[in-house]
Amino acid sequence: MSAPAMVGRREFLKTGAAAGGGLLVSWYMPLPSAGAGKAAAGENQVALNAFVRIGTDESVTVIASHSEMGQGVYTSLPMLLNEELEADWSKIGVEAAPVDKVYNHPVFGMQMTGGSTTSPAEWERYRKMGALARTMLVAAAAQQWKVDAASCQVEKGVVLHRATGRRATYGSLANAAAQLTPPAEVKLKDAKSFTLIGKPTRRLDTPSKTNGSAQFGLDVSLPGMLTAVVARPPVFGGKVAKFDASEALKVPGVKAVEQVESGVAVIAERFWPAKLGRDRLVVEWDLGPNAGMSTEQMTRDFAEQAKSPGAIAKKTGDPESALKTAAKTITAEYDVPYLAHAMMEPLNCVVDLRADSCEIWTGTQFETVDRANAAQVAGLPPEKVQIHTTLLGGGFGRRANPASDFVREAVHVAKVAKAPVKVVWTREDDLQGGWYRPMWHDRFAAGLDANGEPVAWTHTIVGQSIMQGTLFESFMIKNGVDGTSVEGAADLLYGIPNLQVDLHSPKIGVPVQWWRSVGHSHTGFSVEAFLDEVAHAGGKDPYELRRKLLANQPRMLAVLDLAAQKANWGAKLPPGVGRGIAGHFSFDSYVAQVVEASVAKDGAVRVHRVVCAVDCGTVINPDTVKAQMEGGIVFGLTAALKTEITLKNGRVEQTNFHDYQMLRIFESPKIEVYIVPSSANPTGVGEPGVPPVAPALANAIFAVTGKRIRRLPIRGSDLAENAGTKS
Amino acid sequence: MTNFFVNGKAVQVDADPSTPLLWVLRESLGLTGTKFGCGMALCGACTVHLEGKAIRSCVAPVSRVEGKHVTTIEGLSADLTHPLQKAWIELDVPQCGYCQSGQIMSAAVLLAEIPRPTDKDIDEAMSGNICRCGTYPRIRQAIHRAADLNDGRRAR
Repeated sequence: MSAPAMVGRREFLKTGAAAGGGLLVSWYMPLPSAGAGKAAAGENQVALNAFVRIGTDESVTVIASHSEMGQGVYTSLPMLLNEELEADWSKIGVEAAPVDKVYNHPVFGMQMTGGSTTSPAEWERYRKMGALARTMLVAAAAQQWKVDAASCQVEKGVVLHRATGRRATYGSLANAAAQLTPPAEVKLKDAKSFTLIGKPTRRLDTPSKTNGSAQFGLDVSLPGMLTAVVARPPVFGGKVAKFDASEALKVPGVKAVEQVESGVAVIAERFWPAKLGRDRLVVEWDLGPNAGMSTEQMTRDFAEQAKSPGAIAKKTGDPESALKTAAKTITAEYDVPYLAHAMMEPLNCVVDLRADSCEIWTGTQFETVDRANAAQVAGLPPEKVQIHTTLLGGGFGRRANPASDFVREAVHVAKVAKAPVKVVWTREDDLQGGWYRPMWHDRFAAGLDANGEPVAWTHTIVGQSIMQGTLFESFMIKNGVDGTSVEGAADLLYGIPNLQVDLHSPKIGVPVQWWRSVGHSHTGFSVEAFLDEVAHAGGKDPYELRRKLLANQPRMLAVLDLAAQKANWGAKLPPGVGRGIAGHFSFDSYVAQVVEASVAKDGAVRVHRVVCAVDCGTVINPDTVKAQMEGGIVFGLTAALKTEITLKNGRVEQTNFHDYQMLRIFESPKIEVYIVPSSANPTGVGEPGVPPVAPALANAIFAVTGKRIRRLPIRGSDLAENAGTKS
Repeated sequence: MTNFFVNGKAVQVDADPSTPLLWVLRESLGLTGTKFGCGMALCGACTVHLEGKAIRSCVAPVSRVEGKHVTTIEGLSADLTHPLQKAWIELDVPQCGYCQSGQIMSAAVLLAEIPRPTDKDIDEAMSGNICRCGTYPRIRQAIHRAADLNDGRRAR
């Protein structure tokens, strides 16, 4: 049943059925996409809608409209669908969706994975698709048996008619079911009847990730495929002035050296000659306007800008007067650096460009955007471009690139390679390639009343907008404020009557992008660390002050209490160990964490234990929630303790994992995760575990050393016994 | 020409002798379970066994393995029955999964040398392997679990 690559899809079914929650499901049938690994999966399988195929051999294939980058959606999406389909779970497989509008994100209207939104956005659609398919299978059985469909039941992939003792498997009914018109409306189970949702469920992708068979983008190989690496400018915004390829071309296996939009491509039979060729390539660069740029200077500039208020993101009460009349005021400034995503699988993209088609294999979070960009470069209409989404060896936002940088470049290379080509980024290319989490400066002032409670709070934020210039700009930037720059600050949950949050968005030639937890990755740190300062200035316990300020936020209060209780907040710790607490609301989920840490005489920080409590609404797979909190904490600790991207003379100073260090197993703390039960709709889990850990750690370090951490990464030299004094 | 053994099978490859073993495995032999992460022996994604010892194949020239036995993740077991694979599946260790071949290959050497590793042994053997998804707590737990499974296997 394999179809040629570029055949147009057939509108098979089209219905606009409004589901319970008002989600409009428009669905029709794309033909099975062609290409590596897809055709076999389509053999003897019948599609009941665009999201599920049933095999005559009883296999069930769920089509995933979101990419698997470790967050577990290749298990949670099938769980949602099968909660209603009720096929035999052991027969379930999963396949990446081709690019097609039927697979658009129900909220964002384009095919993509990000913003911790897969579960919230698909909560209804995937269950509905399962219910539609089940209804059709039951109807097919009822028709064959000439009984009322309502008198039939389903059980583990079998339709039963108990009165007559008849039974038929889904596989035997699939062809007949596919001929039926789907019902306009289906009723979904209520939560009490769930048999799969909420039960710890083994990930479907784990076996393939323990024997080397999992296919990532870098593992894709096509007949006659060449491999390319690209020499890119050493300064952002630089251009090729001229180049000398003569030495590169002498490397056996190098086929061509060609200038492309992003630099100079060295195209070879395999990776190693391509890399050796690039080492021997001589390029003269026109460095452009950013050759003098340095993060040291930017840090000073940001601090200067923060002295005056920026565009108002949020204002309640009269913070200016309240600060003047406060019994006590405190101020502090925080800095965090540019950060690279540093996914373990470096970026890569395979392109097979033909006269009238373009096929792409890559691990992407941004199919619709990538297809549009690829089509533009290829000079083809978007429907002539197909993307095969592979597994992603980490994403963290980098593979949702608003400019499709790694895809566009690969199509450019394919144009000059005149053969299928795989463009591979080295680790150096990845770390130096930009699209970082922006660096930020946060300046705070707080006014405390006579009881030591905060009555005024001002927060000036300085940092680049990541939405500017993207297709999200028009609805994310309002009155000069990029919502993602101030998220976690302007929507503060704490009840402080006089509040102002304002923003400066300097324009700087460093490409920046969303990075796991986006704006919350800096506001979570600065807000929660400064609140700890406020608590100490007012003589309050930082947990108790938070409790008081969260009186009207029951869900946040519940996670805070749970984390504090499980961590034995207030109980005595061994000498030299400090405890810190922080909570943060992001991606509609509530997370609180308590960190226990110690500081050695030389300033080395050791994190012993992290206790985490999370409320993410209805839990689909509890083990995945736990895994995402664990992963988020390690990711956040890496940012707290290890990483920064710095620029000097316009050049990125870090090159590989020796100077951009990741947290390793010996530094990884004991992590405990507790989930607050909830019947609310599911909310995000991929990102919300990240923001609270850096401030909880900074607060723990203060508790044990009396030294405030106001910049990340934490520097041991700032904490050594002979360094500085108590603040 | 370089002659060596991969997962018990004799192979002959025609690659420049300075080519790292990683790329020979991945591109000449199609064994893509071994991963590229840094190219400088800093992340461990490319870990394979050379005569039973863990090496970083991204910095090992293929000439170094002439006549020797190399084991990759594909050769660890034919059917996911290695105790580490069982433990990895039981505890759902992987997230993105990209680093896990290297993690498992490093852990396999650890268990072969120290059947009952302590946390400190695990720290020492596994600190060359980065996991950006942060699966370290589960890697630790799964190595202990695999040690248990190994004991059970010996007892039978």
